[in-house]
Amino acid sequence: MFAHHLQPNLSIETVEKTPTRVGYGEGLLEAGKRDSQVVALCCDLTESTRTNDFAEAFPERFVQVGIAEQNMASVASGMAAMGKIPFIASYAMFSPGRNWEQIRTTIAYNNSNVKIVGAHAGVSVGPDGATHQAIEDMAIMRAIPNMIVIAPADVHEARKVTLAAAKHDGPIYFRLGRSGTPVVTTPESPFEIGKAQRMYSRDEAHEQKVGIVVTGSLLFNALMAAQELNQAGIGASVLHMPTIKPLDSEALEAFAHEHGALVTVEEHQIIGGLGSAVAEHLSEVHPTKIARIGVRDMFGQSGEPEELVVHYGMDIPSIVAAAHKVLN
Amino acid sequence: MQYLTSEEVRALERKANIIRQSVIEMLTEAGSGHTAGPLGMADILTLLYFGILKHDPENPDWDERDRLVLSNGHTCPVLYAALAHAGYFSVDELLTLRKFGSRLQGHPHRGTLPGIETSSGPLGSGLSQAVGMALAERMDNPYSSKFFYCITGDGELNEGQIWEALMLAGKEQLSNLIVIVDRNGIQIDGYTKNIMPLEPLAEKFEAFNFDVQEVDGHNIRSLNDAIGKAQAVYSQPSIIIAHTIASKGVDVFERDFRWHGNPPGKGPEDRVEKNKQAEVALRKLRTLAGTIEAQDIS
Repeated sequence: MFAHHLQPNLSIETVEKTPTRVGYGEGLLEAGKRDSQVVALCCDLTESTRTNDFAEAFPERFVQVGIAEQNMASVASGMAAMGKIPFIASYAMFSPGRNWEQIRTTIAYNNSNVKIVGAHAGVSVGPDGATHQAIEDMAIMRAIPNMIVIAPADVHEARKVTLAAAKHDGPIYFRLGRSGTPVVTTPESPFEIGKAQRMYSRDEAHEQKVGIVVTGSLLFNALMAAQELNQAGIGASVLHMPTIKPLDSEALEAFAHEHGALVTVEEHQIIGGLGSAVAEHLSEVHPTKIARIGVRDMFGQSGEPEELVVHYGMDIPSIVAAAHKVLN
Repeated sequence: MQYLTSEEVRALERKANIIRQSVIEMLTEAGSGHTAGPLGMADILTLLYFGILKHDPENPDWDERDRLVLSNGHTCPVLYAALAHAGYFSVDELLTLRKFGSRLQGHPHRGTLPGIETSSGPLGSGLSQAVGMALAERMDNPYSSKFFYCITGDGELNEGQIWEALMLAGKEQLSNLIVIVDRNGIQIDGYTKNIMPLEPLAEKFEAFNFDVQEVDGHNIRSLNDAIGKAQAVYSQPSIIIAHTIASKGVDVFERDFRWHGNPPGKGPEDRVEKNKQAEVALRKLRTLAGTIEAQDIS
């Protein structure tokens, strides 16, 4: 059963798709209106990262840094030292990809109040190919102390993440997608940094149980897979973990206890992201059999977003198959 | 611009000498760390903390203070010594440098020690942070009288990020930004002219829309004049290329790149054997038998 706050009648045929970066643009503008200390920096990707509405509304609070991601990260750290709340946006491949050390030293080690926004994350970037498909970003950010890592599921959640990030005092990384992401949540769906949300609850009549833990853009696929599994007599539930660091360990442990076997789903390498975080935590407190859905130690390539998601085994049938595998 | 009397200049030169002695004592006790840069920058740091900066050691977070970002964080022993002698913390604490549990980390960490504006060490990022601070201040108060000082090494100029930051500062015409380059001509592996030639340096900075001055980095009065002029520059950021002598004040260590990353007791032995290096350095400084000329300080 779908959580009550989700979009009604979710189905493959009717689901709407909007890029999560649109939600960032809306959230940033709103955050800028609410707090005059919010500033935005961008590396020549203002429209693409949807920083443009903020830049037009508040030109005096927008800094065009040029194509210089290392500088952007440290300039933002300096601005935060003076009380600003900087949002820095580029493609995730370049920020945090290229400027990792600047983020580590000048933002995280300083505990600077900087929000790092990585657009065009995942293979669903599509035709631009592997050079522009960030599928290691969560791994490299998760390894840094003080850093919070979030993957919003859709446009509504991206807006909420942006607003919550503006209110939170400290470094945050969140990733956005380029192409249309299925709109699953509603403006009313709850979001809180560090909290997981049950998005689908299993049919309790089924004897076999499996838990699907998902982050970011693949929430819709996870929900559809859960629905299909329940229809086939397997009690599948979905736990959405937009925040992969800090991990909502309480919700995760309860979910693992309840289901006994898990499938993790993320548009990211299976090394270092959600699957790793879940496996690392549960192996210490409640060893659980886990199948991980994600890119399996490979680079991406050019193609249409949906065909790449299928090719790299992150589509609905792949999640269903992983659930069967983990149960056997 | 603040005019310095001859007595004031002499007092600052004496203070710089005391700070150099602290640097030698700290590094010797630590058993690791950088010698050449801190000794060479002692006059600059002394002038800044005892003659230029608006700051309050009793209230390190005073909002109206000028900011000093040490981009070449490995030279922090001289920053720590200047802060301690200015009253931010006790001079005795200097001897905890690089030890477990110390507030004096091997490279500066903001939040651990009062007076440290940012964590630094990985080269090239301090200048960007100073640019960010200067930008933020101008957003809040275009008529602010705060200045944002950033010290960089010359080897550090190899880093691409420096030039990214210079481009942005030039574009934004940050007249509240004053960069001081410690032009000592050495880096870890050798002389800067061999590792990665920088000249013509002044012309490079000018091409990035900076006001550029070159001064003797050991002449307190020249440095003071240059900083005063930099403060008066309108609609451009400023750079002062301070020509310094690596390890200035201890003639047997001077100009030798091998002193970049070694403390007394672990430096090159061809002029002073290891177990006498600390003692010789302190004697040179106390008796002025190093290359600080008598007229510099008498």
